[in-house]
Formats: sequence, structure tokens, C-alpha cells
Amino acid sequence: MSLNIIVLAKQVPDTRNVGKDAMKEDGTINRAALPAIFNPEDLNALEQALRLKETHPGSTVTLLTMGLPRAAEIVREAIYRGADKGIVLTDRALGGADTLATSYSLAQAVRKHGNYDLILGGRQAIDGDTAQVGPQIAEKLALPQVTYAEDILEVADGKVKVLRRLEHGVETVVAPLPCVITVNGTAAECRPRNAKRVMKYKRAASPSEVAKLPENVAAAVAANPELQIQEWGAAYVEADPQQIGLAGSPTKVKAIENVVFTAKESLCLGNNDEQIENLIKDLIANHTIG
Amino acid sequence: MADNNNLIVYCEFDEGKIADVSLELLTKGRVLANRLGVKLEALVIGDKLDGVEDQIFPYGADTVYKVADPKLFPYTSNPHAAVLIKLFKEINPQICLMGATCIGRDLGPRVSSCLHSGLTADCTALEIGDHTDPKTGKEYHDLLYQIRPAFGGNIVATIVNPECRPQMATVREGVMKKEVYDANHKGEVINLDAAKYTDPADYAVEIIDRHIEKSKVNIKNASIIVAGGYGVGSKENFQLLFDLADTLGAEVGASRAAVDAGFIEHDRQIGQTGVTVRPKLYIACGISGQIQHIAGMQESSIIISINNDPNAPINTIADYVITGDMEEIVPKLIKYYKKNSK
Repeated sequence: MSLNIIVLAKQVPDTRNVGKDAMKEDGTINRAALPAIFNPEDLNALEQALRLKETHPGSTVTLLTMGLPRAAEIVREAIYRGADKGIVLTDRALGGADTLATSYSLAQAVRKHGNYDLILGGRQAIDGDTAQVGPQIAEKLALPQVTYAEDILEVADGKVKVLRRLEHGVETVVAPLPCVITVNGTAAECRPRNAKRVMKYKRAASPSEVAKLPENVAAAVAANPELQIQEWGAAYVEADPQQIGLAGSPTKVKAIENVVFTAKESLCLGNNDEQIENLIKDLIANHTIG
Repeated sequence: MADNNNLIVYCEFDEGKIADVSLELLTKGRVLANRLGVKLEALVIGDKLDGVEDQIFPYGADTVYKVADPKLFPYTSNPHAAVLIKLFKEINPQICLMGATCIGRDLGPRVSSCLHSGLTADCTALEIGDHTDPKTGKEYHDLLYQIRPAFGGNIVATIVNPECRPQMATVREGVMKKEVYDANHKGEVINLDAAKYTDPADYAVEIIDRHIEKSKVNIKNASIIVAGGYGVGSKENFQLLFDLADTLGAEVGASRAAVDAGFIEHDRQIGQTGVTVRPKLYIACGISGQIQHIAGMQESSIIISINNDPNAPINTIADYVITGDMEEIVPKLIKYYKKNSK
């Protein structure tokens, strides 16, 4: 049985490697100093999809991302690694969305796409760490959800068997298709780019990108549907303006603060045997250790 | 069920016990409910719930809703979500708190999506306060301030849900303190019929196998923690920290950067996306001190920072700062401990 798989992914600032220049003096984020990357756990989800494509010939893997037009970069990355095609859901009206408005927008895009057996995504994105969008999309599409997946063991007879990795153990569950599965970072790492696919798809571009290309290159993209990354807007996915963007977000950010910790008066020691021994003696004397 | 507008805590229940995180939330919930002048309610869904209220009442709950059915344990998403959704439509809680556990983070979003109520994940503080909408000027009183680190823990955001109810938030285990409110406190038990709150179709996902693995790591309750960061440099160097921990009778912890780099397993991660700890001694080795890490260990009684960089942010909250190479200093700590301890 061939499968139609939609992989949800997000282009995120690399918050794991925040250098000293990533925060401005006023405590706001210097986004320009942070590279935009493929959200790590979404890559784990992509790998699960690509494995299913191998075991179920004729399957299609479609990457769906919501973000700025430049998110076409991660669609291309997914295609290099083995995805068949991709869609960027992008629209100014979608900006400022919280998880609920985001999941509504993505659910609308999934509806527009139609024809899906499995919707996969990373457990959470490293810029928000909420893990909310997956289950919320499942609810909006009235689908079952399997979160914290570590391995998709089998798809057969209209059901999927999944190994879940939880804080206190593992669970194997069987869910009917279609369903939403969110994948942990403990799952298999995503395969690297395939050199042949990079050659074949390096010109893949979204309409926003095509507009900036030289005419002859743009014509080459126009002539080959395989190179066309789709770009969908809020109206195209028939999103209710009241449910998207800032207006559709029940949560509001009241304040953002730079974190200030109460500084203590520290005793500074060097790499000096006598000082280190005295410290140990003090800690033993006051029963902190020993 | 005329009571409305209260604060409700979804309590996790396994192996005959209410989860610690749920008791921590009841403790916090009682404080918030007192501030708001409303009742503190608890909801337990599962199987074999006889007498479970006795574990909950001492934490100050006024009402315990119980939904018992063999099919409701172990937890699956849809049946539990269905109970919350239907019950919340009846009792309209103003606030719902749940643990930021695998269960709470699976359940919360599903419920919030259906009720179109805002949900804030992994809050580190919850307060009650007022809010004025910056655009409309409309004033809101006594909202739940949901305070959480954002952007990888580099900033702290205060989130409010002005219009939608319930205001939902998850909190990780260990972030709030668990404290008995009154050992003799008693409230009302309300048993709900599982069949009325769930639909057979909700049970579509089937658990066919379940293994509980008791974590070998117990950093949450350790009184001494030796923690390593990215600056430790390698998996091999982490062995030095294990040596020091063995010598001191400590547990080994790590920062997110060290875990992400593959130096050490995830269940040792301390900080906003890991465990919150309050040991009597915290030895930070090669940890620069990203906010999300400091948030998870700043309440340690004594903090020693060992770092090459004298300006590492963690040094500002440390009691002792040892500037130098951790590969040289850690063996010295071991050596002088062995020499001076009896």
C-alpha cells in the first residue's frame, strides 16, 4: 500500500548556539546573528517518512512549512534528502500567531492538500519548545494523535504501529490511519543530502524566489513542475481571518524581559592547590560534603 | 454542578499514587485560588481510584472529580481529552493547570484546541495580575500571568489569555514546591460516569505494550550535583565528572548544550527543558550559564563554578569561582577530598 505522507516542519533560529552577540543591549533578540535552520526534530520526522517511502513503494512525501518565504530553504533541504515536493504556507496575515492560530492555519493547508494517510512532525521546535502544534492539528482535523514517537514500526491494514519514548519508559501503540504522529529527537537521525538529488533539484524554487531569478533560470523552473516549490497564502487555504495571526491567537505576550539573576558575591580562586584544598576543607567543615 | 469559574488541576495517577507534579500544582493552585477567592478543584481520570481523594485533600482541594473506568488507564489522548472538554463546558473553570509531562503535553494542546483556549507550556512561574490591552485599552482584572522562558531560554515572557477560558498552563515537575496545605482538609468528591464523558470512538488508539523503566538517574533528589557543560569538551572528559561524583556521593548532571553535543544522556539534563534541582552543593564544570540552565539550578545552596572563562555568566551566581581548566581542577578536588575526609 502506497502512502501519502505530509511532513510538517519549521525553519527556526538556532537557539541552541546563542552566542554573546545574539542578544542586543536592550535585551531583545538579534535575529540576524542567529542562523535559520531546519528544526532538528522535524528532521527526525522526515527520516521516518522517508523510511516508510522505502518500505511502501509509490508513496509520496510532501513537506509543509509555515513561515516567511525564505522557509523554501528547508523545503529544498527536504527534497535533497528525499522528499518529493513541498509547500510553503506564507502570508503576512499569518504573522504573530500563537500555537493555536498556527495549528489552525496548518490544518487548513492540510485540508487543502487533502489525500493524506499520515501527518508527521517533530515533537517540538527549538524556538518555542511547546510541543503543542502537533496535537492541536490532530484535534482540528479530528484525527488521533501519537506523540513522543521514536520509531514507526509498521504500517499495515490501515493501521500504524508506533514505539513511543516517554519519561518513564516506552509504549507501543496502534493507531488507525490517517493520524498525526510527532517524533522525538531520540528517533533515528535524518539521512544526509543525496548528491544526485542536490544536482537534480538545486534549482527548485518558490514563486517568491523565482521572481528574483534571471529570466533564463526562471524559465527553466517554469518548464519543470518538479522544480516548483508551491507557495500558499491564507486565502488559498480558505483560512478564516478571525482565526489566524495575532487576531486568532488567544494568548498574548504581555511582557518580554531579559533575565536578571541576583548576583552573589563570589569568592574567586585560581587553579591553585592551596586554595582548592582550603575550599574542600571548608566544605567538609560545614558538612556540605563528607 | 453549579460551581463555575474555579481553578482546576488535572492530576496524573499511576501505580496507586498521584504524581508529584500534580501535588506541586495543587500547592500552587491553592495559593492562586485563595488570591482569586475561588475553589481549588482536582480531576483524576483512570482506574482503581478508590480513596485517591485522601492523597489530594491535604493539598487543599475543595472538590475532587473522579472518572474511573478500566479503559481510562493507561492514559490515551482522546478519552482523557474528551472528559476534560465535556467537563470544562459544564463547570467553566477559569484556570486549568497540568504537569508538563508526556501526558500533560499530549493532553493540554488537544483540549485547548477544542475549547479555543490559550495554553502556555512549561511555565516557571504563575501569578495573578491585571492587564491592559495595548491596542484597545480594555482592562482585564485578575488574569493568570503565565511566565516562561522563551527563545531557547534567553528571554522570559509573560503570557496572558485575556478573553478565552480556561486559561491553561503546564508546569514541569520540580518547578513548583509541594507542600501540604492542611493534613485534615476535606472537600467534596464527585464521581462522574465515564460512559457519559467519552465516546467509544475515542478509544481508537490502542496500547499493545508498555514498559515502565525506572530511571537510573536521580538528579532531582541528589544533595550534591556535579554538572558538566559544553566546555567539558567530550564524552571522555565527562568520566572525570563521574569520578568526582563517585568520590563525593553525588549525581552527574549536564547542561542542554552538553546533551545536544552527545556528551551525555538526556535524562541528566538540568534546566528549563530538563530537570529543576535544589541541591545543597552544585559544582558546575565548563557550563557558561545560559539562562535556561540557570533557571533550573539557581536555588542550589552552594554553587561552585569551574570555568576557563572568568567572565562566564554562571560565575555571577556562584559562591565560589575557580578559573582554570576543568581537566586539571577536577582531579585536584578528588585528591584533596580524599586527603581530608575521614
